[in-house]
Amino acid sequence: MTWYLFQLLLQASLMTIFVSVLSIFAGLGFAVLLSAMRMSGNRVLFGGAGLFISFFRGVPLLVQLLLIFNLLPVIGITLPSLATAIIGLSLSTAAYQAENLRGGFEGVPIGLVESAEMAGFSRLQTFIYIRTPIALRMTFPALVNEAILILKASSLVSVVGLVELTKMAQNLAASTYQPLPIFASAGLIYLVINLIVAFAARRAEDALPGLPAK
Amino acid sequence: MTDSAISIKNVSKQFGDTVVLRDINLEVPKGQVSCLIGPSGSGKSTLLRCMAFLEQANAGTILIEGEPVGFVDGPNGRRRQTAAELRRARSKIGMVFQQFNLWPHMTALGNVSASLRRVRKMSKAEAEAIAMRQLEKVDLKERAHHYPSQLSGGQQQRVAIARALALDPTIMLFDEPTSALDPELTGEVLNVMRTLADEGMTMVVVTHEIGFAASVGNKVCFLDHGKLLFHDTPEKVFAAPRNPRLEQFLDTYLDRGAFLVQ
Ligand SMILES: Nc1ncnc2c1ncn2[C@@H]1O[C@H](COP(=O)(O)OP(=O)(O)O)[C@@H](O)[C@H]1O
Ligand SMILES: [Mg+2]
Repeated sequence: MTWYLFQLLLQASLMTIFVSVLSIFAGLGFAVLLSAMRMSGNRVLFGGAGLFISFFRGVPLLVQLLLIFNLLPVIGITLPSLATAIIGLSLSTAAYQAENLRGGFEGVPIGLVESAEMAGFSRLQTFIYIRTPIALRMTFPALVNEAILILKASSLVSVVGLVELTKMAQNLAASTYQPLPIFASAGLIYLVINLIVAFAARRAEDALPGLPAK
Repeated sequence: MTDSAISIKNVSKQFGDTVVLRDINLEVPKGQVSCLIGPSGSGKSTLLRCMAFLEQANAGTILIEGEPVGFVDGPNGRRRQTAAELRRARSKIGMVFQQFNLWPHMTALGNVSASLRRVRKMSKAEAEAIAMRQLEKVDLKERAHHYPSQLSGGQQQRVAIARALALDPTIMLFDEPTSALDPELTGEVLNVMRTLADEGMTMVVVTHEIGFAASVGNKVCFLDHGKLLFHDTPEKVFAAPRNPRLEQFLDTYLDRGAFLVQ
């Protein structure tokens, strides 16, 4: 195990971070959209969101990624493996985040919605400016938890041909015949990234103003 | 057209099998303060919420400055207003809730300026300048950048009043605005309301503050079991109550008052 090999792992971890961060935020945005569909009062939208969530929570991520990777070319779409990885990860995390957010949206006190109505907000404005920020705050710890899971699950995207931290470690292990120090280093890098995320999240949580009173 | 700010005609309301309002008729004159009193569960909140169409009456009509709220008569009978029609009808009303209902993720300034920005589409600077003047009116300019959780109950309720005033309503509805407050904090809220009344704002106030109703109210309405039993000047209602239910209700307050004095 040399400093050079470790640097290669660090470089690959940038790809892990890039893919994960993009997927986490895209997934969260999509999760809010799924929540809106479920709260729209429209049965088709409600059903569609429910199906989506059941599918992505019920099928293993690895299988989802392989499905998307093999399905897209069949329907005539060719995407670089980076895009495929991000789509796969974000769709999957969206389903879980939507489930997390459900409790948050249900916990928004009705009085806060009524005061928005009385202030002249439309339903959409109430959703955007009142319900969503409060739901996000109420479920913040669960959202962070899911973000950490996605960071770790990103190790699976190597199956669509993306070279991120895990794939790089596999490549190096195969070419250097030193699997143990290399996988140990990769594990250490994952651990450090996640500790930083968890620490930052705790600081952010303390700084987030005001949750609604019980 | 009448000179009523709010005109309530034959309004009834039930939740399931529970009849909560029974054939209410009430005219709220412009520029006056009408206080709604009555035992807990008598339907005061429900009546106030019907005025804002936060509850749908099962029968009867409610007019705000002559315009229907909630339902309109069309060629095919009564129909519900569209969301836009309802917003327009409500735009004359500001509402203050017992639990304040401030948005916890916004500062006091954010709470007051939100409707100006989102509904009136003002710029942030313009909206905040107006919001700051409203906060000054309720004596909370220095607390503008505090979040609700950093404010006392009395301060939160004054922010809620400033927020309700931001869109220049002509009518203010208050649902027990001081009931959630520690006793020493009710004064600051009642003072703001008194000032508002002096400025000629039309107000409907559900309250257990008999002193406020007696000194600020132009009219006092006594609700009991969903019926409007009495509707008169405070002098008539408090000095010479003729109705046994009203007498009984007031007695409980006098008893409590006497107890507190000792
Ligand atoms: N959303 C509701 N569903 C069912 N019953 C309700 C609802 N809101 C109020 N009630 C009932 O209506 C009656 C009047 O309530 P309310 O208007 O809140 O009285 P008040 O404000 O005078 O205390 C009470 O018996 C209450 O239990
Ligand atoms: Mg009440």
